[in-house]
Amino acid sequence: MTMENVREDARGNTLPKLLLSRQTRKEAGRVAIREKDFGIWQSYTWEEYWRQVRRFAAGLATLGFKRGDTLGIIGDNRPQLYWAEVAAMCLGGIPVPMYQDAIEKELQYIIEHSNARIVVAEDQEQVDKMLALKEQVPAIGIVIYDDPKGMRSYDHTHIKAFTQVQEMGIEFEKLNPGYVEREVEKVQPDDIALIAYTSGTTGNPKGVVLTHSNLITNARSLSAMEDHRPTDQIMAYLPMAWIGDGVLSVAMFLNTGFTVNCPEDPSTVRRDMREIGPTLLICPPRIWENIISMVQVKMDDAWWPIRKTYDYFLDVATEAVKLESAKKPVPLSLKILRSIGKVVAIGPLRDNLGLSKTRYAYTAGAAIGPEVFRFFRAIGVNLKQIYGLTETSAMCTYQPDDDVKLDTVGKPCVGVEIRISDQGEVLIKSPGVFQGYYKNPEATDETLEDGWLHTGDAGIIDKAGHLKIIDRAKDVSIMATGTIFAPQYIENKLKFSQFIKEAVTLGQSKDYVAAMINIDAETVGNWAERRGIGFTSYTDLSQKPEIYELIHEEVNKVNGLLFEEEQLRGAQIKRFLILHKELDPDDAEITRTRKVRRRFVAEKYEKLINALYSDQDRVKVEAVITYEDGRQATIRANLAIRDVEIKE
Amino acid sequence: MPDGIQRSMLKVSDAYVSFGALHALIGVSLEIRPGEILAIIGPNGAGKTTLINVISGVYHPSPGQVFFEGEERTFMSPHHVAALGIARTFQNVALFKGMTTLDNLLVGRHLLMRSGLFASGCYWRWGQKEEIINREAVEDIIDFLEIEAIRKTPAGMLPYGMQKRVELGRALAAKPKLLLLDEPMAGMNLEEKEDIARFILDANEEWGVTIALIEHDMGVVMDISDRIVVLDYGRKIADGTPNEIRDNPEVIKAYLGAHGKK
Repeated sequence: MTMENVREDARGNTLPKLLLSRQTRKEAGRVAIREKDFGIWQSYTWEEYWRQVRRFAAGLATLGFKRGDTLGIIGDNRPQLYWAEVAAMCLGGIPVPMYQDAIEKELQYIIEHSNARIVVAEDQEQVDKMLALKEQVPAIGIVIYDDPKGMRSYDHTHIKAFTQVQEMGIEFEKLNPGYVEREVEKVQPDDIALIAYTSGTTGNPKGVVLTHSNLITNARSLSAMEDHRPTDQIMAYLPMAWIGDGVLSVAMFLNTGFTVNCPEDPSTVRRDMREIGPTLLICPPRIWENIISMVQVKMDDAWWPIRKTYDYFLDVATEAVKLESAKKPVPLSLKILRSIGKVVAIGPLRDNLGLSKTRYAYTAGAAIGPEVFRFFRAIGVNLKQIYGLTETSAMCTYQPDDDVKLDTVGKPCVGVEIRISDQGEVLIKSPGVFQGYYKNPEATDETLEDGWLHTGDAGIIDKAGHLKIIDRAKDVSIMATGTIFAPQYIENKLKFSQFIKEAVTLGQSKDYVAAMINIDAETVGNWAERRGIGFTSYTDLSQKPEIYELIHEEVNKVNGLLFEEEQLRGAQIKRFLILHKELDPDDAEITRTRKVRRRFVAEKYEKLINALYSDQDRVKVEAVITYEDGRQATIRANLAIRDVEIKE
Repeated sequence: MPDGIQRSMLKVSDAYVSFGALHALIGVSLEIRPGEILAIIGPNGAGKTTLINVISGVYHPSPGQVFFEGEERTFMSPHHVAALGIARTFQNVALFKGMTTLDNLLVGRHLLMRSGLFASGCYWRWGQKEEIINREAVEDIIDFLEIEAIRKTPAGMLPYGMQKRVELGRALAAKPKLLLLDEPMAGMNLEEKEDIARFILDANEEWGVTIALIEHDMGVVMDISDRIVVLDYGRKIADGTPNEIRDNPEVIKAYLGAHGKK
């Protein structure tokens, strides 16, 4: 398919029209969306999906919702919330999904900025947040909730049940038959379909404005490259506010017609995923890393013959994958061993992870460690990196099945142009590129120049035409010694260790690189328990000399890897400390998508950083932590600082 | 009560229970009103659990009487009490450790099941229908208590706080009119306590279950209960709303000693 076709196709089409056409086709009786509820997978066909959307849209119309209005949406992935999202689009309105764990201040900003008068909230917890906000933001007119649990005793003047709104919709339709269909006809491809607020590493969130044709062309250009089918199954478990979910569970869903599956509860995702066996999957690197950590923890606890078998066959498969990706022939003996491994160890493992039917698995959102990547390729999961930003309607590069490279994000999708600026920044021009930041022309002008989007990522394009992302452009810097310092690159290497959850490296204009490390409470706790090392809290555990030894080893390994790369040899880690608390989005240290807010961390931990660049071997610290409800508490600790030997 | 008629759901009148020379209850009378949350408090050894045991038919007072919904049933056995619509949880968790959460909850439905071994074994007609009805009811409770993630986990493998929650679920599964909770929050951290307190309030409001509970955490008791009964050395020393109890000198004395201040 050429780009012209893709573009031609998208013209004249909007997301609601796609839905309307799906439910009138033969496939109307096929399952569109499933939700596990009361222990059973409850299915809704395309016909039903449309009916639910239509009723809710008519209900919204009764409440005065009209073209151009915004509809706030907050909660876990539920069919009702997706219906609300599409219903708003049907009326020419604009859904504004919000992160369900966002703190009040962020929510208040988004609601005020987008002027959402109606908010659809999943349950009591979210309704409470909205009602609390209503006191400061009187503009919030009505809160619609899906889960009635605990809602009975609430004063219902400003809140309504989802079903109640739908009933109002039924009445409305009796008086105005065909109203929603007529509104759908009025929606134009260049109308705003969605405002996605980015979590923003600095300052207030910015509202990324995307049109129907942005979303549809983008969905189509990826689906044109890959074999996405209407029979595919996907899991909708990532935040609805994340553009990846918006594209997958709404745009690609309506475009390709596959089935979206909503888990019962965030805590049951893994089990639900195993029941569904998704064929198409997008996860940020964090989740892939979590899966590996979990496998490693379980394997460490397994009976030794099982552990040995697993280790052996995983090594075999990894070896084969290494040869394959280097485009070298795989010897027959290795092939045979790999097939045996598939039956006795790797196959069952994949099944256990719910990945046995997965045809396409994508990782996006941040750089992934080559080791993580290799692990999943080794167990036979077709994991690929894709690259995209909220501002480009998610993905704009992909890796063809026969050209998967461990350290690149692949080639541009159809219709996407990529170039590297003189400063090394990645620039993108594509039909998916956004219209601008909502009510923020200054920021738009900074980011969009002659149709080229400044991604803020530093990258290079290799000989084969693959894009390689190194770091955030603004984070890459030069050390006092002249070596290039790419913090994220080093941090990702540290974070591949199952014991390290998060790391912040420092080195700009310094003589050496230093690191602040967050241990992974689960794996390190487990490690300590098995060795009989007692501990009381996260802070206590993090400061045990044994744990310092353990992390020291991991830092040594990373230094070994850095030593192998000529340009980065000078960026080995010389001193490190283990942080007394986890970096947390509630304390604004990392974003909700788990990217470190460097400037903020540098300010907050100035004392620690100064100590790392002195000859102290201990530093006292006092930290204020913020709970989700806004309460604060203080942690005090005396952190040790370690010197690490550097390879010359 | 709005119309001034104090109809009680359960009434214990002048109950005495002794174990040899130890007098566990000495002339205790109390009333549980429909729809309320009643807390029973008191220092260790005050007779709180004994009182719950008297209500649930484990001990029979002598002398003394127990009335439930207007009828005397002083000498009923625990399973008859359960059949009347009184369910309870225990101070020490008493789940079937080898069974899953789901099965433990289904056991709670046992009294409401009619089909015999043969009918349910064949899983045909009524047997099938009944199983579906009961499974639906249990899933309602799983949803209510937010324990979806542990549905298929054996109860013995669950952390203590979760076991307590499952036990509460099993008691609710019997669709009780009156629920007796013996220290539902013992040994829990603040967050778990807040969760359980919310479930107790919701069960009371949404499902209309009358609740009598024993609890040591005064903060929780004052927050959630409509009425409080205070026991000390087997005697009832006070009975009233949280505010009345807070200022009652007898209670302050029992808890803090003679010179205690509130």
